[in-house]
Amino acid sequence: MPSDAETRRWKLERGVSGDYIFKGVTVLFAFSILVILLLMIFEMVGESLPSMRKFGWGFIAGREWDAVQGIFGALPYIYGSVVSSILALLIATPLSVATAVFITELAPNKFGGTVAALVELLAAIPSVIYGLWGVLVMAPWLQKTVQPFLMDHLGFLPFFKGAPYGVSMLAAVFILVIMVLPIITSITKEVLLAVPQSQKEAAIALGATRWEMIRMAVLPYGRSGILGAVILGLGRAVGETMAVTMVIGNNPQISLSLLSPAYTMPSVIANEFAETTSTLHASALMEIGLILLVVTLIINALARLLLWSVTRERKGGSRG
Amino acid sequence: MKSLGFRKLKNAGMTLVMVASTVAVLIPLILIFVHIVRMGFSSISLDFFTQIPKPTGETGGGMANGMAGSFILIAMASALGIPIGIFGAIYLAEYGGKRISNVIRFGADVLSGIPSIITGMVAYTLLVVPLKGFSALAGAFALALIMIPIVLRTTEEQLKMVPDSLREASLALGVPLWRTSLKVTLRSAMKGVMTGILLAIARIAGETAPLLFTALGNQFWSRKLNEPIAAMPLQIFSFAISPYEDWHRLAWAGALVLVTLMFGLSLSARYFGRAKKQS
Repeated sequence: MPSDAETRRWKLERGVSGDYIFKGVTVLFAFSILVILLLMIFEMVGESLPSMRKFGWGFIAGREWDAVQGIFGALPYIYGSVVSSILALLIATPLSVATAVFITELAPNKFGGTVAALVELLAAIPSVIYGLWGVLVMAPWLQKTVQPFLMDHLGFLPFFKGAPYGVSMLAAVFILVIMVLPIITSITKEVLLAVPQSQKEAAIALGATRWEMIRMAVLPYGRSGILGAVILGLGRAVGETMAVTMVIGNNPQISLSLLSPAYTMPSVIANEFAETTSTLHASALMEIGLILLVVTLIINALARLLLWSVTRERKGGSRG
Repeated sequence: MKSLGFRKLKNAGMTLVMVASTVAVLIPLILIFVHIVRMGFSSISLDFFTQIPKPTGETGGGMANGMAGSFILIAMASALGIPIGIFGAIYLAEYGGKRISNVIRFGADVLSGIPSIITGMVAYTLLVVPLKGFSALAGAFALALIMIPIVLRTTEEQLKMVPDSLREASLALGVPLWRTSLKVTLRSAMKGVMTGILLAIARIAGETAPLLFTALGNQFWSRKLNEPIAAMPLQIFSFAISPYEDWHRLAWAGALVLVTLMFGLSLSARYFGRAKKQS
């Protein structure tokens, strides 16, 4: 039997004690993820406290935002964020799902791959560049062409009243649609690829047309995954900052008209946080950030759970 | 049962709808891309790479300080974010119990979905306020927070694909676990890990929102890391919303450079990714 000292020396020479240090480092870094998450929540809550104490729940319902008088209400920003993201998702979802189906089920292999690669490449373009295009190309085009057209033909609706500013809720919705399309498309594509071949073959064997196969075998199987993709797109739209800030007009008003400028939660933070006039002002912006954080945490948790359930089924399926 | 003719018609109709949707998705994206390339090439010049922005009203100037600033920010963020991401991934792939690993994975996925402007606010309270000023350090810290979950998740996926027999062979030869992890497991997954790193760099290179109140931006060259520093995305932002034609041109040129960088990184990431699958 070697003595304790000998064993220890042997371990040292062989670098076994290095294992403990190494494991310690990996544990530390892996848990840093959770530390960062908790730290974010803790910091945001802490910094929001002065505003919470002052305004309570009224903060969410308040319509006034006056840095000089120290009155802060977040409703116009919440309204802007909700409306712009929901409308963008309503337009983007059918287009993205149809495109994903086209890539996975209809297009010839090579061509589908090219379209998918193109979409993914475009998803990598930074949002500030979408904003650049939005403010210098799209907004003037909306102002000169689209908005006058809408006012002439649909002007009797409250959604299309007012003057054509270019920068507007409509511009924000458009830019968000363009930005979430690649995201929803590429995740939906992954989900649809997980649909087992046997399912599709069964539908075809029963005499289904291709569309019937898609409707009966592909889409129902991918339902929860597609929902996950859409919710992830929603998270992206709600948190999108630069592009929206550049085209939405930054005016904290609640208006039914899509033609008038509006404001979103990330935009007001981006515009005001570096130059706050008082601690209360900074705290109010922090509270808006906290609302945004809580909303995106819930959205992302939900989306991930849905997507995880799909990919796990796929792994189980391939083994069996 | 509906007639076969009707069903075939419906099939054709829906096929048309899907093709049309694909076209509708691609058109704006291609329009934007073509516009950036066209405007970018007509605006870019040698000055763009060598000069700093001129004061308002003067023509010319470039984004040399922004490019250097972005490079410094990315380098610092990578130095912090990549090791944390990789070592965290080693824990998940080699040590972690099932439940705790899932919690960390979930945390990483959720973290990467948090709007980057919030990361910026947190970096502001943690670094800008205590250090009493906007700085390159705070900007790099915010970018590192964005990198960590991306690197961690992609690295872990790659490590899990390394066959256990390799690990066992190394351990059987008496190599300690930590050396096995670094020299055998991580090394054989290196190409895939590089893909993740490149994608993470591509992501932070274009990030603007987290830099707004950390790095802040700078019209001139920065000399110290505790000073505000220029970054390309910040310059593109402020030039795009300015009313000056000349600054718009600089913004387009900057967009072209950034998009080229982005595509270069994505393509090399794809190259690494493909090489991995073939081997």
